[in-house]
Amino acid sequence: MSDELLCSPLEDLHLELGGRLVPFAGWNMPVMYSSILTEHQAVRSAVGVFDISHMGQFVVTGADAGSWLNGLLANDLGKLSDGTGQYTFLLNEQGGVIDDLIVYRESPERYFLVVNASKVAEDASWMTSHLQGEVEFSDESSQWAGMAIQGPEASAAFASAFPGEELPSRNGLARLADGSIVCRTGYTGEDGFELFCASESACAIFQRFMEAGATPCGLGARDSLRLEMGYPLNGSDLSPERTPLEAGLGFFVALDKGDFVGRDAMVAQKKEGLDQRLVGIEYLEKGAPPRSHYPVTDADGEVLGELASGVLSPSLGKGIGMAYLPIAFTKPGTEVWIDVRGRRFPAQVVKKPFYKPTTIPA
Amino acid sequence: MNVPDDLRFQSSHEWVRLEGDTAVVGISDHAQEELTDVVFVELPQMGRAVDAGDPTAVVESVKAASDIYAPISGEVIEVNDAVEADPSLVNTDPYGSGWIFKLKIKDASQLDALLDAEGYRALIG
Repeated sequence: MSDELLCSPLEDLHLELGGRLVPFAGWNMPVMYSSILTEHQAVRSAVGVFDISHMGQFVVTGADAGSWLNGLLANDLGKLSDGTGQYTFLLNEQGGVIDDLIVYRESPERYFLVVNASKVAEDASWMTSHLQGEVEFSDESSQWAGMAIQGPEASAAFASAFPGEELPSRNGLARLADGSIVCRTGYTGEDGFELFCASESACAIFQRFMEAGATPCGLGARDSLRLEMGYPLNGSDLSPERTPLEAGLGFFVALDKGDFVGRDAMVAQKKEGLDQRLVGIEYLEKGAPPRSHYPVTDADGEVLGELASGVLSPSLGKGIGMAYLPIAFTKPGTEVWIDVRGRRFPAQVVKKPFYKPTTIPA
Repeated sequence: MNVPDDLRFQSSHEWVRLEGDTAVVGISDHAQEELTDVVFVELPQMGRAVDAGDPTAVVESVKAASDIYAPISGEVIEVNDAVEADPSLVNTDPYGSGWIFKLKIKDASQLDALLDAEGYRALIG
C-alpha cells in the first residue's frame, strides 16, 4: 500500500464542518467533528450520518455468480431472495477470517458486496484468484461514495431527504431513482441504512440528511456504537488466525450448506471443541477506559488473553471490551480483571450486546 | 484560545501555577480542546516524588490516553478528587476546578525553563 492517503469525496465538506481527519485503512477520514460522546448520543437518541466512502463495493454477475459466491462465503447464499442481503465471511482454507462483509442479491445473476476498506485489495485478489465458471467479478470501490444514516429517526430522515422513495425492509437493498443503492443495514444496532451513490452526488446527499436532522458523526462514534452492540471489527476482533466459530459468530456460518472454503477446518474444529472464544467483558464499576491489547487476567493476575477491542461505553458509563479467552473463562458471570497500566479493574464476562437499543429496527 | 498570563506552560501542554512553594498543575485549554471529551483522569499517588518530565497523571478521552508530565520536580501533596469523579471538569474549567495535582517544589527556578503565556501562544499558533 502506498503512503498516499485516499480522499473521500466528502473531505472538503468534513473540513468545512470542523471534522478532524485521521488516517484509517489507507483513507483520510473524520474521527469526529466536535465530540464523540455527542455524536454517539445523537445516533442512540435521534439520527447521525457517517461517511463510509472508504468501504469497498464489489459486483459479481453471471450465470454461476450465486454458486461461485456460495463456495467462497460462509453463510448460506441460498437463503437470499432478490433485494435481500446477509452478513457473511470470506475465509481462508484454515477457516480464518479474511474479511467480514455483507452480500446482497440483486437478481439471481447479480450480487452486490460491501467489504471493509482495509481489505479491498486482499479480498479482490483472493476472489479473482478463485474465479471459475461463468462469473464476472468487478471491484467498483472507487466509483461509489457511501454514507450510513443511523438512529431511531433514520427512516424519518430518509423520508425527508428522498420524498416519494421507499426504504427496503431490514437487510434489504433497493435502487433509488437517481441510481443510488440503499441498504437497510448498519453498524450501530439502531434502525438505519447505508446509501451508496456516485461520488459527484455525495456532498449534496450528505447535506440533505443533515438538513433532515442528522448529526454528522465520525469513526470514533462509529467504533463506540458498534462495540456497545458487540459487533466485531476486522483486524481487531477478527483475524486470519481465528475462525468465525471462535469469534462466536457461528450463526453466520452454514456448515450444512455444502462445501465452501474454510468449511472442513471448521467442521474439524467443531468436532474437537474450541480452545478459545471471543467474549464480551464489562467492568463491574467505573474505571480507566479499557483499550485493545490491555491484558485480561484471572483473580491471581495470571494473563488469560488481551482485549481485542475496548471502550468506555458512552451509553453505560463503564468499560466494555471483547477478548479471546480460554473456554473455561467464557461463561457469563465469570470474573476477570483488566490490567490498565499495572492497575487492575474488576470485570465480568457478559452476553452481547452490552447495550440494547431502545428502538427496534424494522 | 484561553492562555492566562499568570501561568507557565510546558510544550506538552501542561500549565503550572505557583502558590508559595506549591505548584498547581493542569492541562491547557488548547489541550482539552484537542483531546475533546475527557472521560477519565488517573491521579498520581499522594507522596510520590516526581522529577520534571516524569509521566505523573493520565488524561483519557474516548479515543486515547495521554500522559500528563510533571512540569517541575516535587512531591505530590494533593490530587483533585473532583476530576476523578467528574472528568469533564478538565474540559469545562481547565485552569480552575479542572486542575489535576499539586506538587511541593524544591527549586522554583525550574519554572524558568518553561514557556510563559506569550511563548505558549506562539507554540500553539
